[in-house]
Amino acid sequence: MTVTDSPVDNGVNVQALLGAREALSATPEAADFTWRASCTWRRGTHSHSTVDGFTGLGAEQQHHTTYEYDIDHPECFASEDNGATPVEVVLVGLVGCLTAGVASVAQFRDIQLRSVTATIEGQMNVLGILGGDPDIRNGFETVTVRFAIDADASREDLEALIAQAQKRSAVFDIVANPTKVLVELA
Amino acid sequence: MIQTTAVVVGAGHAGLAMSRRLTERSIDHVVLERGEVANSWRTQRWPSLRLLTPNWQTRLPGHDYAGDDPDGFMPAADLAATLTCYARTISAPVRTGVTVQALRAGPEGFQIRANDDLLHARAVVVATGACTLPAIPGIASVIPPSTTTLTPLAYRGPGQLPDGGVLVVGASATGVQLAGEIHRSGRPVTLAVGEHVRLPRTYRGRDIFWWLEATGLLAERYDQIDDLTRARHLPSPQLTGTPEAVTTDLNSLTAQGVRIVGRLGRINDGVAQFSGSLANTCKLADLKMNRFLNRADEWATASGLDGELPPPHRYPPTRVDPRTPLELDLTSGEITTVLWATGFRPDQSWLDISVRDRTGRIRHDGGVVTGAPGLYVIGLPVLRTRASTYIHGAATDSDALACHLHSFLGSQRR
Repeated sequence: MTVTDSPVDNGVNVQALLGAREALSATPEAADFTWRASCTWRRGTHSHSTVDGFTGLGAEQQHHTTYEYDIDHPECFASEDNGATPVEVVLVGLVGCLTAGVASVAQFRDIQLRSVTATIEGQMNVLGILGGDPDIRNGFETVTVRFAIDADASREDLEALIAQAQKRSAVFDIVANPTKVLVELA
Repeated sequence: MIQTTAVVVGAGHAGLAMSRRLTERSIDHVVLERGEVANSWRTQRWPSLRLLTPNWQTRLPGHDYAGDDPDGFMPAADLAATLTCYARTISAPVRTGVTVQALRAGPEGFQIRANDDLLHARAVVVATGACTLPAIPGIASVIPPSTTTLTPLAYRGPGQLPDGGVLVVGASATGVQLAGEIHRSGRPVTLAVGEHVRLPRTYRGRDIFWWLEATGLLAERYDQIDDLTRARHLPSPQLTGTPEAVTTDLNSLTAQGVRIVGRLGRINDGVAQFSGSLANTCKLADLKMNRFLNRADEWATASGLDGELPPPHRYPPTRVDPRTPLELDLTSGEITTVLWATGFRPDQSWLDISVRDRTGRIRHDGGVVTGAPGLYVIGLPVLRTRASTYIHGAATDSDALACHLHSFLGSQRR
């Protein structure tokens, strides 16, 4: 380590996260979060969703802007391709969650990241959702994620990084483990 | 109604170690034991069970292993005999066949109701252990009724199980031992694997517990461990004490034909669902093992031992079949038994003093119970050091707690 070394900065406030963990362990009700989105059908398979508020830390919270999503199916599905497919949005969620985890764990472990890119693929046989084969599931058969990380760390350190990112990822848990989903009519 | 200075509840290795330390300090006490000495080892372990730790490491205060098989692993029955002999040697004041029904605050400090009699004491040491009750997940209630279910406390051998496939849930030491034993009996085993600790039985010619002790890992203190709650809840390492000193990791099981699947999640209409994160779970265990082996190699080099030890090496990564099933229909007849190797928990239901945190665990500082002066607990994982989880940890734990107890008695205004 030379005198000119600057401290590791991946832009993650690890102290705040550790502080939150300690504070919320003492007041677990404040750790209950409810995330939300609202969806309006446009036409065909095209819908428009917004994300602006969520509940957490015992209060209603607001993002500083409303985030908007157009969701649709592509033309080869006889649709109009007004937006990414729902399954692609799930992939975006998963890879985004893992990437955030990589940066956070790297910060905590004093690894300076220079660049991180990832590609994610979800393999699916559409006969499942078309109801054409009862042995084929609707969802992904397999999801694979490939990370390319440029950092001052050994390969073993980087493997440990992505392993820990998966271990503490919300979307990884949602996708890899059973989750209760309840859908009702108002 | 009996009055004494201190009561120790439980005559296992920890309770007996405590008794020895109290005697060393001339502190008048009794040890209350609901069965015979070493009751759990006699009545709640399966016959083929051996300790994870080698015999040379099975030390009790003032009593090192003196048998002719230092590198062997003691069967449960032998440990029970050793502890029974130890209790006699140290003249431990054990009252057997005495079940503690309630512990409350009392006029002298504490009041214990046991066998419908009352004892009064100024100090109490809870030494009933961490493994009295099985920790069974809530989904156990939706296992199809025709399926045999049992826990390791009731398991005595594969012969007790019906023919057919067995789902072993949990891949800690108990899980891997029983999965192997049951599979070799001709009952195909599916092992549901969550977080686990992988270690080889031997490394560079020495037992892994030799490395754990020599590198100083077992001596790490509770107040120096970053995430103590996590350390106290680590599953037991996937080790078995066999005369052949074989490694019993997941690769050894899959080589025998055991099928590994991910952590058991939900059971819907009789269909068990397993996690799709098995590959990462196994990767995490491999990385953790290698971190320790790196530490062991660094220590060996720094200690000048490289010349007399075989060279360092690493083990193949845990093999995970890409076609691992995500679910298993428990109503199809393929699985006739589910064995819950999902861990254990203490039975402290008789403790009627407000000393628990919001998760129901006793709050303590290295065994000194918070908010109840004169109350102590011993024989829990990582109580004071990582060695506390194993037999030999009780020697130093009991010394520290007896010292504290002695000071406490001296400081009380009478």
